Amino acid sequence: MSTLHTVNKSPFERDSLAACIRLASKGHAILLIEDGVFGAMAGTDHSDMVKAAIENASIYVLGPDLAARGMSEDRVIDGIQVVDYSGFVDLTKQHSTCQSWL
Amino acid sequence: MATKNFMFVNRKAPYGTVYALESLEVVLIGAAFEQNVSLAFIGDGVYQIAKNQKTDGIGMKNFSPTYKALGDYEVTKLYVEKESLEARGLTLDDLMDLTWEDEDEDYAEKPSIILVSSAELAAVMDEQEVVLSF
Repeated sequence: MSTLHTVNKSPFERDSLAACIRLASKGHAILLIEDGVFGAMAGTDHSDMVKAAIENASIYVLGPDLAARGMSEDRVIDGIQVVDYSGFVDLTKQHSTCQSWL
Repeated sequence: MATKNFMFVNRKAPYGTVYALESLEVVLIGAAFEQNVSLAFIGDGVYQIAKNQKTDGIGMKNFSPTYKALGDYEVTKLYVEKESLEARGLTLDDLMDLTWEDEDEDYAEKPSIILVSSAELAAVMDEQEVVLSF
């Protein structure tokens, strides 16, 4: 069983990303969407936690949500993959379950 | 009508919730009543005035250009908390160029953004008569 986790809250505002990272099993995928995309940025107070999580899970971030917020793809943490909406659909097809960390 | 010091405290990122847009609308109403209005951007609120917002991909209106109009409504003091920027790996260069024209100085363009420490912002907040938090 492989799960796709989605996180839509800023890591500065809620602990959803921290909880997701803590509880995702090896090989799971984490997709950052909406205000969750701030968790994908390098050089923040949460970057180290997210970098460490890449060892365990595959992390993705939704490009259109980055662009809306003026966040440059160039400053996304190395190892996090930027996907578009069709990439989002592919991820849901590749995983048997989906867990939304609201 | 008496003029009061109004401060709008913005603490949320744009688009994920409606707070940023709602705040901006109330700011413009406050300015129309000729109150002494200033804005503070703290926490995720600093993301509201990030440069290069492009919302075509999410089907929402990009309201960031509205911040550039604030100067025309005599809203010329936008306090940005330094600590909040730093925690997010951002600098002033990552924020929009927000300016106002000083009619007393031949319409010279002046920066609206004032970078302040938490302690400095606390002092400014202490001078307010009305503080509205979004």
